[in-house]
Amino acid sequence: MHRLIRLLLIAALLQVAACSSVEPWVKPYERANLATEEMKFDRNPVCESYMNHVYEAREGARGASGSAGAGCGCN
Amino acid sequence: MLRRISVSWLLAPLACLLVIQPCMAQVLPEDRADIMVHSYDGGGVTVTGPSLLVRKKVTKDLSLTANYYVDSISSASIDVLSYASPYKEKRTEVSVGADYLLGDTILSAGFTNSNENDFKAQTASFGVRQEIFGGLTVVSLGYARGWDQVGQITDLDFSREAEKRLYRLGVSQVITKKFVMNMDFEGITDQGYLNNPYRQVRYEAPGAQGYLWQSEIYPETRTSGAVSLGGRYFLGEGSVVYGSARVYSDTWGIDAWNTKAGYTYIHNKKWIFDASYRYYTQSSADFYSDMFPYVDAQNFLGRDKEISTFNDHSIRFDVTYDFAVDKWKFLERGTLNFGYNHILFSYDDFRNVLEGGPAGTESFYDFNAGVINVFVSFWF
Repeated sequence: MHRLIRLLLIAALLQVAACSSVEPWVKPYERANLATEEMKFDRNPVCESYMNHVYEAREGARGASGSAGAGCGCN
Repeated sequence: MLRRISVSWLLAPLACLLVIQPCMAQVLPEDRADIMVHSYDGGGVTVTGPSLLVRKKVTKDLSLTANYYVDSISSASIDVLSYASPYKEKRTEVSVGADYLLGDTILSAGFTNSNENDFKAQTASFGVRQEIFGGLTVVSLGYARGWDQVGQITDLDFSREAEKRLYRLGVSQVITKKFVMNMDFEGITDQGYLNNPYRQVRYEAPGAQGYLWQSEIYPETRTSGAVSLGGRYFLGEGSVVYGSARVYSDTWGIDAWNTKAGYTYIHNKKWIFDASYRYYTQSSADFYSDMFPYVDAQNFLGRDKEISTFNDHSIRFDVTYDFAVDKWKFLERGTLNFGYNHILFSYDDFRNVLEGGPAGTESFYDFNAGVINVFVSFWF
């Protein structure tokens, strides 16, 4: 029951905060710098995937090593 | 702990995604092909091979991806030289995936098959990704399930299984016109045979050498959680600094963290230079010891250097050259890429038994590794 209430509360919060009611503080036309090649988190996925594999094979830690959310909201 | 996280906190954002009114247009990843040759050389181990990654939109809503990856391994590592013989083997990994644009949401699915002579692994993954808050935030959720089959080349009847479940939550957030951050959480649970069937632990014993070897025994479950936070800051045209940090903990008692900082610079719109430094450190697993006091000293026994206390430093350089593709009308862009990564591993409680001398007084092990990747990329 508590879990359901928590889900509904968070859902309601994000619903209120969703784009229909929140003005983006960085407008789409102001995101040119964020869309450049050098600002990409995963510019070369084949290379990043390989380096993560190199580390995970030799280190005890695992996970959360990639470029999580991806994208920059520039589209 | 992880169960609570996975059920409540990972389902909560999923529920949110379903009720939020989407407002920004998502786009599928670019069509591109990467052909890479990679090489790792360090600690008596060399690993080389190719990797081919192709991604192509087959309709305006559907993008398919395929990756073929090979590790050709030649190992004379300290573990191998301590109680076995050098060996060579080959691992082949094939992955396929699809991204489907459904309204303003991208749904992803993938399957990976990894095959070597004594280890087979299959992984199926699913993900959903959506922009919210006027496109300033990207939320992604992922789930993967893996099935491993462990064999042993010295005993063809030996066969054990293990299962893996992976839960992932990622958030990418535009902070200012020049600053983007992302956060990633990943929880992983394993159940089954998690040992390496070849690995041994040493224990004190009478005799000239002062120790003997027995097979390692690992717990049959492992649950881990990792959280990372990263950001990129636009300094000016063609100039970006970036950094990230990650903390990690698991039920084997390993606590780790790492951090990375780097700089990317574009020269003449043709060259991309990237330099970065990474530091990693971890504590040992609860059942790790360099030398146990006697045979079968504990329920669980481990002496893999990967679960010992150690740290590593990495320095990496990457160069990309953007070359003209005017002659080939079907291509939009092409790049040549070279990367070199130098890693120094230093162990705090894993001794170099190859040195000889009184057992338990050998110096702590360390080694350097060089990692090279050369690849060409095409956008079409």
